[in-house]
Amino acid sequence: MDIHEYQAKEVLAGFGVAVPDGALAYSPEQAAYRARELGGEKWIVKAQVHAGGRGKAGGVKLCSSDSEIHAAAEGMFGQKLVTHQTGPEGKGIYRVYVETAVNIAREIYIGFVLDRTSQRVMIVASGEGGMEIEEISATKPESIVRTSVEPAVGLRDFQCRQIAFKLGMEPGLVQHMVRTLQGCYRAFTELDATMVEINPLVVTGDNRILALDAKMTFDDNAMFRHPQISELRDKSQEDPRESRAADRGLNYVGLDGNIGCIVNGAGLAMATMDTIKMAGGEPANFLDIGGGATPERVAKAFRLVLSDKNVQAILVNIFAGINRCDWVAEGVVHALREVQVDIPVVVRLAGTNVEAGQKILAQSGLPIIRASTLSEAAERAVGAWKNDLAQATRVRAVV
Amino acid sequence: MSILIDRSTPVIVQGITGKMARFHTKDMLAYGTNVVGGVVPGKGGETVEGVPVFDTVEEAVAETGAEASLVFVPPPFAADSIMEAADAGIRYCVCITDGIPAQDMIRVKRYMWRYPKERRMVLTGPNCAGTISPGKAMLGIMPGHIYIQGNVGIVGRSGTLGYEAASQLKELGIGVSTSVGIGGDPINGSSFKDILERFEADDETHVIAMIGEIGGPQEAEAAEYIRDHVRKPVVAYVAGLTAPKGRTMGHAGAIISAFGESASEKVEILSAAGVTVAQSPAHIGETIASVMQ
Repeated sequence: MDIHEYQAKEVLAGFGVAVPDGALAYSPEQAAYRARELGGEKWIVKAQVHAGGRGKAGGVKLCSSDSEIHAAAEGMFGQKLVTHQTGPEGKGIYRVYVETAVNIAREIYIGFVLDRTSQRVMIVASGEGGMEIEEISATKPESIVRTSVEPAVGLRDFQCRQIAFKLGMEPGLVQHMVRTLQGCYRAFTELDATMVEINPLVVTGDNRILALDAKMTFDDNAMFRHPQISELRDKSQEDPRESRAADRGLNYVGLDGNIGCIVNGAGLAMATMDTIKMAGGEPANFLDIGGGATPERVAKAFRLVLSDKNVQAILVNIFAGINRCDWVAEGVVHALREVQVDIPVVVRLAGTNVEAGQKILAQSGLPIIRASTLSEAAERAVGAWKNDLAQATRVRAVV
Repeated sequence: MSILIDRSTPVIVQGITGKMARFHTKDMLAYGTNVVGGVVPGKGGETVEGVPVFDTVEEAVAETGAEASLVFVPPPFAADSIMEAADAGIRYCVCITDGIPAQDMIRVKRYMWRYPKERRMVLTGPNCAGTISPGKAMLGIMPGHIYIQGNVGIVGRSGTLGYEAASQLKELGIGVSTSVGIGGDPINGSSFKDILERFEADDETHVIAMIGEIGGPQEAEAAEYIRDHVRKPVVAYVAGLTAPKGRTMGHAGAIISAFGESASEKVEILSAAGVTVAQSPAHIGETIASVMQ
């Protein structure tokens, strides 16, 4: 789960990480008012969206008067910000953050990640802040300092000092850097983050260390023990199809193709998408309905897949292991009778009691296109979509 | 010999009184697995499917001589249960539980390293379907009847995709020595490399099939190991060719976040190491058959 910059700053500030003074606004008027409350002469107005690359996309503006703040905020609210991380559809701006501008002497990058090779928390730091880490590793790989944290004892101060000295920080600032890194590490481990990134962390003209931007991602599996973090979820930043799926306990990722997929198991779901692609089609989604594949889940899955208007054919691929194909087939028939489907539906069943399952599909009277192997299923789904099959093969609403 | 488990391995089920655990305990007993007990704190003295329940793993090991354990404990408590098994002297643990926080798994792995190598528990999973040596024993939730006994060693992340591969093999009359699920989580117990090492040393395994997916470094690490140490033919398939970067595809670990983590990059790395890669998941069985000629 991702959170906004202003939320990440509030979280990190609670762990002793210094951040600039700032306030949140929901309207241009409020933004100007917030700036007056903050005081100072220059402010930054920042669009709050769950994506990096906001500066280049026009989501960050330096202002020096009320009217400039008002104008900057007005230009953001309700707009979609398109950055290289949002995809072409962009992300809606419904909140802006107003911050006192600071005098920057130096920009640093720090990131905390779960490193899957060492299976530990890894700190990545570079003196080349401001640029994205991908860009730093491409252009200045030698500037990157990596530090692995031994989980039994946690991050040690000496490791923080090593990082600070390797980045060439003045001795007077090292203790601040230790506090900043320790604060991030504590926030990371105590709140089950999977990523904390401060880019840039700046040294100001008056020798303070401040987190000018902050990004945090949390482990969905650990949110049961952090209700205060779950509260920060902002559905306006999610794909509506995915939010709906998540609320129904389905695992869904929307894509750009037109063949909808309903599969049990994540690996088989990815493999099914791959097979569609190889057969010359494009998958519209990833959808894992889980091991159970109960009639209710199958029906929910059909409704969800059909809510994507680009879907022109549906491929159901269920490997019945523990449950039986006849039972899954009944679920599919039940779902098709209940949900209005007027596009070709290809069903491939495999595993326990497959013959009985095929029989149920055949005897249902529904124009379901059956397939017995994975490649046959993909070819038939792509074929049905391409030929825009005759009316007879279409499943019509049966009430 | 099969790897990790055989007909006589005494097995306990942690969390045995749960609905899913009861169901699969029955299934495993029917398959012939030597299930000797279960563990649920506070339910010691009860019986499930005719096997005794103990309060602690330590007690279960002392009373039954259990060597392997299957964990069905819910995510908030699963990490603790794995550590309890490691401490009680369990030799091999399979964790089925899906949804364990990644940082809990970091602690589990660190905890396991406290023990010297000869006493260190082997863990597969979490978030996996388990391990089966067809005709001998099943430690997991897979449908046993889709596997026939034979000489192909399978190691994979995904449950149902592993079933797909096994049933393609069955269609071709090809059997399996052992099939091991290592799970779809970012921080897991045994890696591909750990299991490949065992298959390479196993007399009963003649061909190795590796079913990977997007995300993480373990397929690339396996490729390097295969190039330098594996003499048996290896066939691989990597799922997620159409998966977009930066999105989690169901499994917590199935996310492309760095170079070398996409399906096409992994295919390239594996091919360069001499692995025969099945281009489509529909051809996993055929590809294995072709290297067995």
